[in-house]
Amino acid sequence: MMNADLRRERAAATFQPELLTHILDGGAERTRRRKEIEALVINDPDFQHEDLNFLSRSQRYEQAIRKSSLMVMKLREYGIADPEEIYWFKSFVHRGRPEPLDLHLGMFLPTLLTQATPEQQDRFFMPAWNLEIIGTYAQTEMGHGTHLRGLETTATYDPATQEFILNSPTVTSIKWWPGGLGKTSNHAIVLAQLYTQGQCKGLHAFIVPIRQLGTHEPLPGITVGDIGPKFGYDEMDNGYLKMDNFRIPRENMLMKYAQVEPDGTYVKPVSDKLTYGTMVFIRSLIVGDSARSLSRACTIAIRYSAVRHQSELKPGEPEPQILDYQTQQYKLFPLLATAYAFHFVGAYIKDTYRRISGDINAGDLSELPELHALTAGLKAFTSWTANAGIEECRMACGGHGYSRCSGIPDIYVTFTPSCTYEGENTVMMLQTARFLIKSYNQVIAGQRVSGMVSYLNDLSRQRIQPQHVAARTVSVRINDPTSLVEAYKARAARLVEAAAKNLQAELNHRKSKEDAWNRTSVDLVRASEVHCHYVIVKLFTAKLSEISNAAVRAVMTELCLLYALYGISKNAGDFMQAGILTDAQITQVNQRVKELLAIIRPNAVALVDSFDFHDTHLGSVLGRYDGNVYENMFEWAKKSPLNKTEVHESFHKHLKPMQAKL
Amino acid sequence: MALLGTSKYAQGIGLGGVNPDLASERQTASFSVEGLTTVLDGGAEHTRVRRAVVEVIERDPVFSRENQYFQTQNERYEAAVRKAVHLQKKMHEMGWREDGPEFIYIYRAVAGDVAFLLHRVFMRSISVLGSDEQVAKWIPLATKHQLIGSYAQTELGHGTYLQGLETTAVFDTTTQEFILNTPKISAMKWWPGDMGRSATHTVVFAQLYVHGKCYGVHPFIVQIRSLRDHSLCPGITAGDIGPKMNFEHIDNGYLMLQNVRIPRENMLNKFCEVQPDGTYIRRGSQKINYFTMTTVRVSLLSDEVILPLMKACTIAIRYSAVRRQSKLNPGEEEAKILDYQTQQEKLLPQLAAAYAFHFVNNYLHKLFDTGYKEIQERNFNSLPELHASSSGFKAMLSQYCTAGVEICLRACGGHGYSLLSGLPSLYTKILASCIYEGENTILLLQTARFLVKCFAAASAGQPVPQSVTYLAAVKPGKCPAKNKLDFLNPDIYVEAYQHTAIRLSSSTAAKLQDLIQSGVKKHEAWNQCTVQLVQAAKAHCHYITVKNFVETVEKLENKAGIQKIMKHLCDLFALHGIFSNAGLFLHDGYISGAQMDMITASYLDLLGVIRKDAVPLVDAFDFTDKSLNSALGSYDGNVYQRLYEWAQQSPTNQQISPAYEKYLRPLLHNKLSKL
Repeated sequence: MMNADLRRERAAATFQPELLTHILDGGAERTRRRKEIEALVINDPDFQHEDLNFLSRSQRYEQAIRKSSLMVMKLREYGIADPEEIYWFKSFVHRGRPEPLDLHLGMFLPTLLTQATPEQQDRFFMPAWNLEIIGTYAQTEMGHGTHLRGLETTATYDPATQEFILNSPTVTSIKWWPGGLGKTSNHAIVLAQLYTQGQCKGLHAFIVPIRQLGTHEPLPGITVGDIGPKFGYDEMDNGYLKMDNFRIPRENMLMKYAQVEPDGTYVKPVSDKLTYGTMVFIRSLIVGDSARSLSRACTIAIRYSAVRHQSELKPGEPEPQILDYQTQQYKLFPLLATAYAFHFVGAYIKDTYRRISGDINAGDLSELPELHALTAGLKAFTSWTANAGIEECRMACGGHGYSRCSGIPDIYVTFTPSCTYEGENTVMMLQTARFLIKSYNQVIAGQRVSGMVSYLNDLSRQRIQPQHVAARTVSVRINDPTSLVEAYKARAARLVEAAAKNLQAELNHRKSKEDAWNRTSVDLVRASEVHCHYVIVKLFTAKLSEISNAAVRAVMTELCLLYALYGISKNAGDFMQAGILTDAQITQVNQRVKELLAIIRPNAVALVDSFDFHDTHLGSVLGRYDGNVYENMFEWAKKSPLNKTEVHESFHKHLKPMQAKL
Repeated sequence: MALLGTSKYAQGIGLGGVNPDLASERQTASFSVEGLTTVLDGGAEHTRVRRAVVEVIERDPVFSRENQYFQTQNERYEAAVRKAVHLQKKMHEMGWREDGPEFIYIYRAVAGDVAFLLHRVFMRSISVLGSDEQVAKWIPLATKHQLIGSYAQTELGHGTYLQGLETTAVFDTTTQEFILNTPKISAMKWWPGDMGRSATHTVVFAQLYVHGKCYGVHPFIVQIRSLRDHSLCPGITAGDIGPKMNFEHIDNGYLMLQNVRIPRENMLNKFCEVQPDGTYIRRGSQKINYFTMTTVRVSLLSDEVILPLMKACTIAIRYSAVRRQSKLNPGEEEAKILDYQTQQEKLLPQLAAAYAFHFVNNYLHKLFDTGYKEIQERNFNSLPELHASSSGFKAMLSQYCTAGVEICLRACGGHGYSLLSGLPSLYTKILASCIYEGENTILLLQTARFLVKCFAAASAGQPVPQSVTYLAAVKPGKCPAKNKLDFLNPDIYVEAYQHTAIRLSSSTAAKLQDLIQSGVKKHEAWNQCTVQLVQAAKAHCHYITVKNFVETVEKLENKAGIQKIMKHLCDLFALHGIFSNAGLFLHDGYISGAQMDMITASYLDLLGVIRKDAVPLVDAFDFTDKSLNSALGSYDGNVYQRLYEWAQQSPTNQQISPAYEKYLRPLLHNKLSKL
């Protein structure tokens, strides 16, 4: 039976959630197929297990391995081969968590495909495809993550035996963090500094066997293990790898591009622009992941807030749903709007990437630098925002949010590393900033720039009448998303210009370019942030016109306005300082934000229902679709490991002796 | 280890020395670290006692936290019980008394990793709410641990709103007993610490019914487990509520009561009593009791909120001085990440906040000491101010410090994500402080209610408590600063904070008034203003914190460079607050756009200045390596070596994984022939 509050909420919605679900999935047919795959997994008894919250880390790893092996077999049995469908299948099997074969499937196999020679593919690909070889991708070292050129692992070519000798010469050079390395893999693609004929040729990739086939024992010269407990990722055996004079045949260097000939002669690669593409692709996945993780947290917090009653709003009346408190709406609804915004941004990057990939194959790379620069910043912007948003959702659930039964702790610990991996966020922001500054300088030099940065062209026009950009007035209509896009655009222009000028001022003072860059980096990060913020508002607004159903478009327009106005309200300083909005307008914006909260309130539950997370995938007692929270919390708690025995053994070991003594 | 070849980072490690990157940071300190430590402790004698306590605890292997990160919930719980029992013995052995100077340092020394914390709350509530006879009966038993107590207030369906509790206690005149029930699932007691597995007794808060009439929520002592074999008493269902983000060592519990009968004498009856015939009597004032609850919020700030931020800063800043990544200048060696402006901007404001909050905590303690003396003399005038302060500062500090610890965690990149860094556990623990002892939003609204009242009083020329007299000083105007150096003048920024705090309180009060006058019902008008009210309460607390930091710095003796560095930190704290909340300060034009640029410039300059003393500033917090329990934050900075050694202790590396035999082997050998 459905909780009465939730039933009432759903009945009062002004639109059909399924229609919105179709938009998120990219069409009704995609929704159907997603649900079909979901059912395959959820109805499969092989994928059932005890609640992971009650298992130790070793047990969780064991469950994950069990499911991963089954998953690989079943994917092939069902003939699921489309990357997105594989992604769905995997995320239903593992309920959005990482798993030990992630690196094998996501890095080891693809790297073989793109960087191995035909001979190497013959030797490694089919065994890897059939999981006789399980591989990982060992790049990060204990002392180096972001700065790849600083990696210390060496691969020295020995022409006498035609082998590479791999070494981890220092503690800091130990490979550290690769997923699946600790316990699962028997091979690794190792990134190492190549030395041949006495010269360092930079980083190259090598296929290194690390465990004995058959016994799974580490090979002589290899020290390998698990890096210990982490905040999350309990299922994943992130590992360390130390190599002492470990020899591999010359043919184990991935040589599709660079080569070392038998005598040690080094042959340079032709071009490596394609690696750009892979990075863009992975970052687009993280943007999508930001949207999904935040959506899950919002689903839990909003449903629970509709079920939970507390305190008095009106004297003498029953306790209201906590979702009726303005402060609660103010915490949750902007996050809900953010989740939708990020969904559309993720879809945009994916589509653009697909389109450009087509162009790349046709030889047109002109759009790639901008997309690369943009996705770096968007990856950072969305993951930072989602990271904080998930925590706000948890806090909004009060004490029960802190229990693992709420599911939000798990979403948080699984998501938060994405602020670090695939490019540390601050570093990512600075990459985008580098592109923005470059574009700004082009404009100053009289060239025109295109794409998302084209607003910078306006700056040069203003330069003709020497006038600070801040003096430019934009007449902003606060109920018109298109007009708000202009406001965000003006803010981006102002802060990019400010950062560029501060950088120039530093350059005028100092000898070193790098020093000047470092002394401006806080401004530069801000410039990237506001640029990304503008892009997101723009994409969200653009999406509205594509929505054909009027009821859905109406509610999405409200959310889009809330997203844009809340952003202005929270960053009022930028808009006032640049003269884009007056303080009277800011007061109106603040007021309008609160009105929108009340307008969105009746659709809040339907808006999270549209995300369409199955209870199994959501993994939350507080966020259950039927809203029967309290009964199920009790059922859940009874399974706690501390409750395994009626009297805990600590009583006999410690309490009783103490009571006897005192 | 053979492993330690020629790494430049490893030099000195073999000799047990300090990493040269940290050693060099310490050589250039502009102030006396030891001097600052004694300032923080409140005098050299306190420093001596604290260190002595810490040393005794840390030398004792029972209190070791070495394996903490590898233990299961069951193991953590057992260890906490063991430590709690051992601590009693230790205190006796050392002659440490609960009213002695050592006591306040014990909890810090064991890093809170002990059971029976609720036992103390149980005792305190009996002392405060119980009659003399009840105190005489229960306190000796509890002191000797012949029973173990808990405190059962929160229910599954109710936390914040006490009047909404659903547990009932019905008086039965025929047997002179109360009959306790949790009539529905949402009435079940949920969350009380020590109750899941340990407690034999608990103070249950229930709606009192006599002759069919409800008298509201009252406290009752209920035995829940047998003193002989620890089994549950008849009518009791109790257990652990399951895994949480942290506090694995505490058995937070649930409790269901079905027709549990307790004698009439078990209702704590200092203030209220049910007589044998069922007559309900109320006596005395409960205000003093109210005061006790309020003090809890202040007493937790130091250990649960400020210390974790100090620890997180220590770990993140030391690690940032050891970690090198990328090159700042071509041809140079890779730079310490602490030299990147973006890293400084993450960490140094947190460091400044840790100091600011330490000092504001001292201020609150003084406020409460004075208040306590007045209340002893039956003068309850200061209660509203104390209540508003404890609520607002608990909310602001816990929110700020929680965010700060998370920033430190993320500033340590991938390694921060390892439990071995110590940061995840600091974070998951501190974030509970945003909820317990009053959910933060609710608390801020209580402070706001006080501010709105005081603003009205001040505007009408009536006297208001000392901490809010500034509300009467409404004067329009502009910030007089002319250049970025002017913003290093505390008068300038204190004035700006004051102006903003007044503006927010007054505009919200006005809006509330407008709404009510336009016919909106009072409670509805209140709900419509709550977002602004929360903002006003935060601005008030922020202003007091800045002002207090300034006053503290002024009072410091100018010796050994301490006053100077504290002034820098104070400036940083203040300017960072303006920088991060620019909209609030720009709003009515008190600060102009051009002035905001000056503030930003001054703020960024300060980062570079404080950078030089960053490591000595965290050293002054004086945490031992054992108390940090972090592979990244140890005093010697031998980060990588420690991380590697600790990882090898992980059970995942000690045991043979059953997963290999069960799943991996078949996987690797079946060649997936089925496919």
